[in-house]
Parts: sequence; C-alpha cells; structure tokens
Amino acid sequence: MEALGLLLHGFAVLLTWKTLVLMMVGLVLGIFVGVLPGLGGPNGVAILLPLTFTMDPTSAIVMLSCIYWGALFGGAITSILFNIPGEAWSVATTFDGYPMAQQGRAAEALTAAFTSSFVGSLVAVLLITFLAPMISSFALKFGPPEFFAVYLLTFCSFVGLGREAKHKTVISMSLGLLLAGIGMDTVSGNLRMTFGSPELLRGINFLVAVIGLFGISEILLTMEERLALRGHAAGISLRVVLGVWKDLPKYWVTLLRSSFIGCWLGITPGGAIAASFMGYNLAKRFAKESESFGKGRIEGVFAPETAAHASGTSALLPMLALGIPGSGTAAILLGGLMVWGLNPGPLLFVEHKDFVWGLIASMYLGNVVGLVLVLTTVPIFASILRVPFAAVAPMIVVSCAIGAYAIQNAMFDIWLMLGFGVVGYVFKKIGIPLAPFTLALVLGNRAEDAFRLSMIGSGGTLKVFWSNGLVGSITTLAILLLFWPVIDNLLGRVGLTHGTRATSP
Amino acid sequence: MSQTDIEIVVEDPTAPEDDSPSVVSSGTIEIVVCLLLLALAVTLGFDNWRTGASWDATGPEPGYFPFYLSVILAGGSFYGLVATLLARRASSGTFVTRAQGRRVLAVFVPTLLFCLTTQFLGLYVASFLLIAGFMRLVGRIALWKSLLTAFAFTAIMFVTFDVAFDVIMPKGPLEAALGR
Repeated sequence: MEALGLLLHGFAVLLTWKTLVLMMVGLVLGIFVGVLPGLGGPNGVAILLPLTFTMDPTSAIVMLSCIYWGALFGGAITSILFNIPGEAWSVATTFDGYPMAQQGRAAEALTAAFTSSFVGSLVAVLLITFLAPMISSFALKFGPPEFFAVYLLTFCSFVGLGREAKHKTVISMSLGLLLAGIGMDTVSGNLRMTFGSPELLRGINFLVAVIGLFGISEILLTMEERLALRGHAAGISLRVVLGVWKDLPKYWVTLLRSSFIGCWLGITPGGAIAASFMGYNLAKRFAKESESFGKGRIEGVFAPETAAHASGTSALLPMLALGIPGSGTAAILLGGLMVWGLNPGPLLFVEHKDFVWGLIASMYLGNVVGLVLVLTTVPIFASILRVPFAAVAPMIVVSCAIGAYAIQNAMFDIWLMLGFGVVGYVFKKIGIPLAPFTLALVLGNRAEDAFRLSMIGSGGTLKVFWSNGLVGSITTLAILLLFWPVIDNLLGRVGLTHGTRATSP
Repeated sequence: MSQTDIEIVVEDPTAPEDDSPSVVSSGTIEIVVCLLLLALAVTLGFDNWRTGASWDATGPEPGYFPFYLSVILAGGSFYGLVATLLARRASSGTFVTRAQGRRVLAVFVPTLLFCLTTQFLGLYVASFLLIAGFMRLVGRIALWKSLLTAFAFTAIMFVTFDVAFDVIMPKGPLEAALGR
C-alpha cells in the first residue's frame, strides 16, 4: 500500500490555496472550451498551454489537466441540450441525451452524463494510482532496445488497429516522424533537412504544430458549418440529482462494463471515440428492450459517457509510466512536460514524486470539484453559446498566436502555426488522421535515439531487438499488430474468427 | 422543475447555403496533396541521402532514419495517388462548396493579415484590429460593441501575459511610443 501513502503526500502537495485556485480556473476554462463550438480537449489544452510556462511544473500540470477534465464535462452539455457534440466522443451521448432533453428531462440527462463521467474517471484514476507505479518501476529496467520496441509497438498499433485507410495513417505517421527529425541530430550533432535556413535549425516545435493543427484548422472547419442552433436551457435542481443518484446502483453493470472498455481503449491507442461507441453499442446489445435506445433511455447516456471519460483519463497512464501518450491530449501534456524541463518516462516516478503524485491527486480532486461545478453552473455555461462565433473566432486566433510565439519567442513560429492550420484543415477534410502525426512528432526523436543507442550498444545488429524474452516479445507483438488486418483476414478465411471485428463507425 | 420553457436560440445570418455548387472535389484535393507529399518526400530524401544514409560500423548514419521515412512517405503518397486516380470514376465527395469556401476564406484571409500585421506592428495592435475588424465586417456586429470587445480582450491579454506572467510578445511602434 505504498501507493496510498504517496497519494496522501500528493494531496498534501495539492492542498495549497494557489493550486486550488488554479484548479478552479482550469476547470472553468476547460468547461468554457468544451462548450464552445469547434474547440475541445486537445485544442483547449494546446491553446492555454503558454499560460503555464512561467509556473512551476506541478501547478502547471494541475491547471492543464483540469482544463482537460473541464472540457470533457463541457462536451456533454452541448450534446444533450443542443444535439451538437462538442467532441467526437460525445456523439454517442446525443443518441439518447438529446431525446431526453426534448422530453423535458434535460436535467436528468445532464446529471446522468456528469455522474457517469465522474464514475468513469474515478475507475481510471484508481487504475492509474495502483498500476502506473508498478509499470514504471518495471520499466526502470528498460534499456534503449526495450524502449524502441515499445515505441515501435505504439506506432504499429496505430497503423494496424486504426480505422482510417492504412496508407493515410502511414502518410500521417511518416510525415510526423520526418518533421521531428528536422534540425540538429541529437546523436551525432549533424544538421538534417535544414536547407541552410537558420529558422529550421531549431527544428519544428511540436506545440507550434499542435496549435496550428488543432486550433487554427478547427476554426476553419467550424466556419464551414451552419452555426445557428436551437436548444433547451436547463437548470439542475438537487431533487433531480438525488433522484438520478438513487437509481444509480441499478445500472452498475453498464457503468462497470463501460469503465473497463474505456480503460482498455484508453491505454491502447483505441481512444475515447471508439470507447464511447463501443460502450453504447454493448449497453444496447445487453439491454432487455434494446429498441427503446435512441428514444431517451438513461443507460444510453451512462454508457458512452462513462467509457469516454475512463478512456480519456486512462490515456494518461502510459504517458506517466512510460512517456508514451495514449491520446492526442496526452501527447500535448507530454509536450508540456518537456517545456517545463521534465523528462517523461519511468524515471518521473523516482525523480519527481511531488509532480507525479500531485497530478494523480489532482485527478481525484479535479473530478470531484468538476462534478460539483458543472452540476451547479450548467445554465451559465449553456448561455455561453449565445456569444456570436464572429467574436469568439478572432479571439481564438489571437490566443493561438500568443501560444505559438511564446514557446520559442519566434515570429517564424506564428507563420508555421498558420501553415499547420491549413495542413490540418486539408488533412481532416480528406481523411488523413492527425493523431498518428501528433504522436510521431512528439515521439520521433526519442524513438530514433533509442534505436541508434541500441545499435551503438549492439555493434549495429538488429538482433538486439530479439536479444531477450521481453524485448523480443514486444517487437514481435509490434510486427504482428502492424500486419493485423492481413492476419485477421487470413484467420477469417480459415474460419477461426468471424473476420469482421465489432467496431463502430 | 421545468426546463423546456426557455429555449436558447442563436441565428447564423451568413450561414453557407446547403445547395451551393461544389468548387472542387475531394478526389482532386487528394491528388494534389499526394503530389505535394511526394515532392516533399523526394526533396527530404535527397537531402538525407547527401547527409549520409548508409549503415556504418556503429549503426545508422544521421540521414538513415529520415531517408527511409521519406521512402515510406513517398510510397504512401504514391499509393494514395494511384488509389484516388483509380477510384476517380466513382463519384468522389465535395471538398468544399462555394458558400463554404467563402466562409473559410473569410476567416483565413483575416488570419493571414493578422500574422502580417503582427510582424510589423506587434501582436497587440494586430489583435485589436483583427477582433474589431472581424466582428464588424464578418459578424456584422455593431461598431461600438466590436471596438469595445476588441479593446477589452487585447487589454486583458496584455495584462495577463506582459504584466502578470512576463511572457513577452512581438511589439511594434505603439508599444515603443508608450514606453513598454
């Protein structure tokens, strides 16, 4: 029970007025960002990152992760009241949430959504509390070959298990890895792909790219749509909250099942979007009168929200324990760690105990405070949508520019951000996924370093990746996952599996 | 308690029409993107080849990794190119309609001008001009509201970043005249 003691220490780190205030600010900003059209978790975190540059790492991560929790909560508000999913993972929430609002049960649906979000996160945080220290202490024994094998596994599972066209995932990932390589080569000190430009010498900063890809491009995409909306205003009374909570034990199977799906898909790069649909579909399949789904059933809100939050939270597990982000937002938080001068990876648990346990404690506290905050302030946040987008859009552009500039104090980065904004817009419209690109850009140099250090250690032979049971099995698993679609197909042909996996749109 | 009585309604007067004609199809854009990526892959691949992309005694040379990544990127884009060209007969979706394109440009062009202005007049002046201009010209919001919002937002940003957090932004003649 060493974890409990350390967790208590984490709470002690957290319980200062300054951190608590930052936590509230983060939550409010996060809900704000989650409610606004065209902005969500990763964008919000990326845009607000520069605010934290001058803070100490613990305060910074507490505020940023609270922005993330807030955004997760906020996404549900627009899904239920306006039938507009604030996030892709809130789409499944609209199926039953909006019909409930139309029947005048908006408060009930919102309470259900917030409560299940809370339950999902709680399960994931418990998992992190007990599993992350174990994984990281195990990973302390890792050398460069093991690390490279884990990176390889991450990349391969994206290609093999991703739902986009394979060649588009490959394009996105190799482009990210290539751009990560621009600038000074960290092993030999040679310059690569700079074409004599002093601006490219610094390399392409991950956060600048992310602000462009997720911030600017999202504004362009949002403007394409009709921004008119009609929705229900809602206030939540204590009576409704207690009513929903009283019925909660009836749905424990749904909640538990969705939590497990979420945790599993969050740790592997399946993601919150897949988790929310899978949670919804399974709840529907196992329900007694499944035809009443989509007409305002409360389980239809419980299932996807629990899964999405469990997944969003547990995506932080591999980031904390191994330095490998499980989602786009986790990748941005990882970029933040580097800016604050921390080296992500298993050593974090040894060298920066305060930081890690402060963060884990803030997940508990942030979710409790967040739950209370959203339950009490929904009407205020719902009315944010009255602010015209023509006022919000330029403010977001300005915030993006401030963020991009502040990272390295370079005007070039503002132009780079604009360029990535256009790239992100075009890529999204033709279906090239951005998540592999983001992951590749943030992990590229670390993966390459691990590979080359292994090569120096082994005298240049690839056999090092099968030199012991651990590294060998990870590498083999990675290669299996890369060719998973082919293998799945073959297995299907000989009749071992049914060939098609139960994935959702 | 009842919550359906009050409805939140937001109108979008300049929304793109649904029946607006297509400007360009997704297929065409995919071909252009694949060609651009192919060109990028060749350029970067060539540069890495020059840096040294072979395998010496201690493992790969600096250009080794990026060189083969360029090959993978080129392969992926080439596949995409061929796949799109073959699928071209089947109707490909619309990339952007004329009305949507107009709206996107209505954000993109001001953003571009904002970046240019930032370079010469500093970020805070550019930000004021962008917000006020965008609200007035694109959003058709009353002039006084636009000016007030722009001023308030820029002032808050200045106080937050420049004064409170000491994060220095690009500045121009106005800040110099005010002695900041």
